[in-house]
Amino acid sequence: MEITLRVNGVPRKADVDPRMSLLDLLRERLGLIGAKKGCDHGQCGACTVLIDGRRANSCLALAVAVDDRDITTVEGLADGDELHPLQAAFIEHDAFQCGYCTPGQLCSAEGMLGEPGPSAITEDLLTDPGLTPDEIRERMSGNLCRCGAYVNIVTAIGEVAR
Amino acid sequence: MNRIEGRVKVTGLATYAAEYPAEGVAYACAVQSRIAKGRIKRVDGGPALESPGVLAVLSCEDPPRMSEDADPELALFQHREVAYRGQIVAAVVADTYENARAAAAAVRVDYDPDDHDVTLSADHPGLYKPDVVNPGFPTDTGKGDVEAGLAAAATTVEVTYETPVLHNNPMEPHAALAYWDAEGRLLVYDTAQGTSTSRDMIATALGLPPDRVRVVSRHVGGGFGSKGTTRPQAVLAALAARVVGRPVKIALTRQQMFDVTGYRTPTIQRLRLGADAQGRLTALEHVAYEQSSTLIEFAEQTTVPGRVMYATPALRTAHRLVRLDVATPSWMRAPGECPGMYALESAMDELAYAAGLDPVELRIVNDAETEPGTGLPFSSRDLVGCLREGARRFGWERRDPAPGIRREGEWLVGTGVAASTYPARRSPCQAVATVRDGDFLVQVAAADIGTGARTALTRIAADTLEVSPERVHVELGDSDLPRAPVAGGSMGTASWGSAVVRACEELKRDGKEGRADTTEEIKGDAELARHAFGAQFAEVRVSSVTGEIRVARLLGVFAAGRIVDPTLARSQFIGGMTMGLGMALMEETLTDAEFGGFLHRDLAQYHVPVCADVRDVEAVWLDERDGELNPMGSKGIGEIGIVGTAAAIGNAVFHATGHRVRELPITPAKVLMPRF
Repeated sequence: MEITLRVNGVPRKADVDPRMSLLDLLRERLGLIGAKKGCDHGQCGACTVLIDGRRANSCLALAVAVDDRDITTVEGLADGDELHPLQAAFIEHDAFQCGYCTPGQLCSAEGMLGEPGPSAITEDLLTDPGLTPDEIRERMSGNLCRCGAYVNIVTAIGEVAR
Repeated sequence: MNRIEGRVKVTGLATYAAEYPAEGVAYACAVQSRIAKGRIKRVDGGPALESPGVLAVLSCEDPPRMSEDADPELALFQHREVAYRGQIVAAVVADTYENARAAAAAVRVDYDPDDHDVTLSADHPGLYKPDVVNPGFPTDTGKGDVEAGLAAAATTVEVTYETPVLHNNPMEPHAALAYWDAEGRLLVYDTAQGTSTSRDMIATALGLPPDRVRVVSRHVGGGFGSKGTTRPQAVLAALAARVVGRPVKIALTRQQMFDVTGYRTPTIQRLRLGADAQGRLTALEHVAYEQSSTLIEFAEQTTVPGRVMYATPALRTAHRLVRLDVATPSWMRAPGECPGMYALESAMDELAYAAGLDPVELRIVNDAETEPGTGLPFSSRDLVGCLREGARRFGWERRDPAPGIRREGEWLVGTGVAASTYPARRSPCQAVATVRDGDFLVQVAAADIGTGARTALTRIAADTLEVSPERVHVELGDSDLPRAPVAGGSMGTASWGSAVVRACEELKRDGKEGRADTTEEIKGDAELARHAFGAQFAEVRVSSVTGEIRVARLLGVFAAGRIVDPTLARSQFIGGMTMGLGMALMEETLTDAEFGGFLHRDLAQYHVPVCADVRDVEAVWLDERDGELNPMGSKGIGEIGIVGTAAAIGNAVFHATGHRVRELPITPAKVLMPRF
């Protein structure tokens, strides 16, 4: 099936198998390897991208379902040579080791920074809790990191959220 | 200095095994056994072959040519016997991933099943004493009279601890991309913790001379031991590429990883400890019961910590193994020390309570002057320093030892301590250092699986050459580079770094080139007990309503020689402690007695720590100088972080609740059990 989508601002056409996920389209057809396949069914977050600005697991989105949508992958976060503040903070705070979950963490964090309102742990639902370390931990818990870099991930995101 | 590959990792440009572009690449998908024991009657690949885009079906019906020397876990399609549920019995190769996956589901395999046995028990009739335990330790050791020591003790503890099957679960699934060139040379992009050994294992499996095979692993998405030995995907990609005459890519699914990429054996551990009125050990006995597959004997060295940790006149350690119809267990972060110290350090906590002694002081009283198992002197040992510094930082002196008495609302609060240890070894390694364009090129077939090896070796080379790190370029992750051991056993940096230092020293003398091989140097190392030590402190909060356990604080203090790079070291220690938190509270793979195989096969069932589980985790280290290790004076730090963490958390749960759980993981159900 023929689809057209915009990836990191660039229109891309593709003839896709209806069984193909957005993740496999990015990785196997469009040459964008930033989004990672960790579990292929929405349990690890390594494939997180932004679809129309909202974070989503690209392994759970069929390619045919994102026809005409705007996709941002980790490759689209930096502004040319200038790293996105989250990317710079991840390097500065050593917020990764093997790096395989990192693109998903970054896209997830970028999406999270734009999500207002309370989370499941917010006590006062009427007041914006702000991105405290506890709120960041809660909101970033869909992105697994087996190397155990969470402590530094929270520090890095917290610095950018300030 | 930040991680050298930091920029490519945060911009999504770092290439992992399955991510290299390949013209005309085909995709392989594995078919797994649905029985745990028996014989394949027939593999019918017909319907799969008729599916769209399918290029080939591989199975024992037409076994691809392999060497008889292949590792039994890599000898794909060579036999009709099934050794465990989930074993790879066929594979489909197709033009797209979607077509390969659909066709794999259409392969029909008929079996003659036999009754299987997948259940470990301490009285299993098949238990035996292996000749050695991983990676070559004596199976049993003994000194003094354990029975007499226990009889003379003022306090004794006799307990059994159990640990479950644990899975490494690196974030990057095991993957490979294989090409054959026109001259019959094989190139494999593999998820390998060591390209030299992966090259050797692939060459052996295929019956090729090693120089016909090249393995490249520039970036590896974690391994924790599971990529230390070559896994079937590498051999499958090579076989499939040979059959279809195109490059072939395979990435195992997360579910398949549970079956064919190794796991930590479950253990049943029996401990008997005796102490005199002052808390000094009079006897220590530690026996572990473990499993392996029918294919390969892998005997985890679970009771070796007792040979290292505490002074005692009577010491017995032993391992018993049973071969079951299961996949072969293998290395997972700190094999031996990790499960063994969980049991030993939990039992030491029980001894402290039984004897009315502070758990920190009990360990200090029993500090060993020489290695208990061998009598060898230590190259350095600062367990006591770690315990004292940790106690000071953690606020241990304010602790009321009475269990089950601190309550904040619904939450019971407790603290615990455990010691940790891990061997400080090194292996022979080669390296080359040359001048290139006025800068320095250092080549070694090391692996960076997330440890920061590139960065650490750059620092080591720059220090030796007395130049700024910007002028040093390290090449690693390629079997065409000078031969190097795997990133494993916490000896990567020690082994590779030794060779890099020697190569750089020679380059300084020569002016153009330095080549090093540390084989002879290591042969000359004095016979000493070399180990890193540490102390782990935990504070937990246990809900008296739900049994939920939250780790409020974790502190690790380590004595690990000279720390090569503080940023990388802190990340490694904290990462190991985080994995230890998972081991303590959530990680477990259940084995299915009815059908064989594992019941937990994905990340919704096998829980690893998430961001919300990990709050205040900190690691610090003592300034330790040890001239008997290697040119850097460093001890490995990849594994000691996980050792002891689960025991510290378990001991804190006891302190919080007054209830001792002796089977990992410590789940809400087990914590609430005394109420029912």
